[in-house]
Amino acid sequence: MSDNTYNDIFSAFRGDEGDLIAILLRIQEKFGYISEDAVKHTAQFLRLSENQIYGVASFYSKFRFTEPGTTSIKVCMGTACHVHGGKFLADAVSWKLGVSIGQVTGDRRFDFQRVNCLGCCALAPVVKINDRVHARMMVTGLEEILSRRE
Amino acid sequence: MTRRQVARDKWDSLKESRVPVIHIGTATCGTAAGALDVLESVRRTLSENRLEATLVQVGCIGPCYLEPLMDITMPGSPRVSYANVTPQMARSIIERYLIKGDPSLELAVGHFGSNGNGDFDGLPKFFEMPMLKPQVRVVLRNCGFIDPEDIDHYLANDGYVGLAGALEKRPEDVIAEVKEAGLRGRGGAGFPTYRKWEICRSVPGTTKYMICNCSEGDPGAFMNRSLIESDPHCVLEGLLIAAYAIGANHGYVYINADYALAIARLKKAASQMKEYGLLGENILDSAFGFDVTIKEGAGAFVCGEETALIGSIEGKRGMPRSRPPFPAIAGLRGEPTIINNVETLGALPNILRNGAAWYRQFGVQGNYGTKTFSLVGKVRRPGLIEVPLGIKLRQIIFEIGGGSQKRFKAVQTGGPSGGCLSEEYLDIPVEYESMTAAGSIMGSGGMIVMDEETCAVDLALYFLHFTQNESCGKCSPCRVGTHHMVDILEKIVRGQGQMDDLSKLQVLAETVARASLCGLGQTAPNPVLTTLRHFRSEYLQHVKEKYCPAAACKELVEYDIDPVKCNGCHRCVSVCPTAAITGAKSELHKIDIYLCIKCKACYEICRFDPLAADAIVFRSRRSVS
Ligand code: FES
Repeated sequence: MSDNTYNDIFSAFRGDEGDLIAILLRIQEKFGYISEDAVKHTAQFLRLSENQIYGVASFYSKFRFTEPGTTSIKVCMGTACHVHGGKFLADAVSWKLGVSIGQVTGDRRFDFQRVNCLGCCALAPVVKINDRVHARMMVTGLEEILSRRE
Repeated sequence: MTRRQVARDKWDSLKESRVPVIHIGTATCGTAAGALDVLESVRRTLSENRLEATLVQVGCIGPCYLEPLMDITMPGSPRVSYANVTPQMARSIIERYLIKGDPSLELAVGHFGSNGNGDFDGLPKFFEMPMLKPQVRVVLRNCGFIDPEDIDHYLANDGYVGLAGALEKRPEDVIAEVKEAGLRGRGGAGFPTYRKWEICRSVPGTTKYMICNCSEGDPGAFMNRSLIESDPHCVLEGLLIAAYAIGANHGYVYINADYALAIARLKKAASQMKEYGLLGENILDSAFGFDVTIKEGAGAFVCGEETALIGSIEGKRGMPRSRPPFPAIAGLRGEPTIINNVETLGALPNILRNGAAWYRQFGVQGNYGTKTFSLVGKVRRPGLIEVPLGIKLRQIIFEIGGGSQKRFKAVQTGGPSGGCLSEEYLDIPVEYESMTAAGSIMGSGGMIVMDEETCAVDLALYFLHFTQNESCGKCSPCRVGTHHMVDILEKIVRGQGQMDDLSKLQVLAETVARASLCGLGQTAPNPVLTTLRHFRSEYLQHVKEKYCPAAACKELVEYDIDPVKCNGCHRCVSVCPTAAITGAKSELHKIDIYLCIKCKACYEICRFDPLAADAIVFRSRRSVS
């Protein structure tokens, strides 16, 4: 990644330690994850050690340190989705793609994550595929969507 | 002409529009249900037919189960609401109503007319529908009505009148008004809002901070998110009032980074406020100046805790620290800091605008005002609700929510820190004290209804898994204790539990609750403790009989085919991923339980496919060890 991309992100900040989380969020938005390179640049910009940055970043569940797969599949594991059988959906994804929660398929085409609540609990259970939320999802419906994308 | 007058004129011209007005709810729930496709279809239908109409995107009006909602107001007629609208429906409703004058009442759910049935025979008023009738809308009053991205809509509806009133008073008098109103923290603890403020106000110093807490970590609660998406200014106005009261000139909204729409609306609202002189120096020509920063959190449940939240704003790990000193005395960057929940702040403009006495007409002694809940789970009418405190749980679940389809079992409040209340508690009033006495908590507003197909042990495990994951690891009772508890519960749901596991679980739970450093650990055992108390027999069935009465614990469940019902349609055979189901077409099918992975695909298809006969069952069998 060129230094310029980072500088673009950094230019919106003053460089206080308090900006760290916001900077990491912007980096993840842009690249999909926090690379070693990104940590190095951020450390320089904020005058913190790389360890300090990892220490903070690893605390928050949102940050990831590996490159995501192309199609993102997020199964909601919030309480409302759980009582409506969200676990069956997660198991269906695992079975179908051969990966468990938090993993990327071998061909890097699918990225399987869990989320805690997508804010549409009244439509549970829900699954988010890329930017689209699928409400009142069923195992058979989800398998169909995944087959279509395979 | 003042800004408010301009806003009012704009609002009135919308109300008395000569062209049809179409409202579509495009908050998170509406969008998830397909509102953007509906919006697109509406746009296309209008342009294809060369129809003139005003489109307004609004927030969430509450009954999320009816989403997507589309409302049409024809000139001279009350607004009519259509539910579960698909793009095709939207097209046909618009063509019928806007072109042919037929309001398609068979597709409508309610109208917003002023009296009786208005012009629409047989169609109820929206707010007279069973889900809405018992509700009182104070904090949510604008949700679903105004365009959240237009400050004029807010101003026209008495927005910032509360702030203007506050700025005419001395800060002490604002605090007194809030004290008189009896407002208590809506984040869950129920601490009187004025008391925190008073402490902070009395601390000497010129730098103080006012923080709005929208971390909303309870997985299954969306009240705060929905309020900000639907009416961001009401929360920001509350923030300004609070800041003025405590003497803060800078504030933060701490909000979960996943709430993209809410964040965008907050930022937009803040920039409009700047333009209107509601942020910056000399707000509304007073001596009061204030600025706000939107701070995104990166998803840690513990950051709902005040000291952890402060750590997170400072760019550190969100670890709670021991108190005192309390943030009101030494908080962000060591300065006096007040943190109030979104809903607490959302109540303030209403209190300052209408007065404490007005606010006290809602609720009961000691528990004045209203509370929002996200009523979800096994309930017929899930959604976002606002009720007066003191209402009975039964009324919320059965009148508003319509009860559950299967037999009601329990209601879970307070999320991972709360507990489950069984049927016998349904007549307690929803008040801070009585909820705690019953073994649960008011919490921030998550309310999850469970029916006979929800397993109490599984739900306890679910929450504990969550808190164990979220434990920051600083203190060992929480880190290690919750881990052991998860292990025991996992044994039990697999049918490998022993009798002494229950007593071990009880002791562990009590220890973790007593010895943990912060609220997360201290309350983490609650879901286990309350289910052990109210659903002990269910634990015993899992342990002694290896039986899950809800048929929810996978390991204790078997799939089977009812030979009388099965019509040999072959649908299940085609969806089974492991070829566990066999049988020729038109002949009885069979499941090989050793191949079955219990994925539920066959059950779904057998129930919902029109060719299938609802013959597949899954159940737990008693086996006494
Ligand atoms: S619990 Fe799944 S959307 Fe809220």
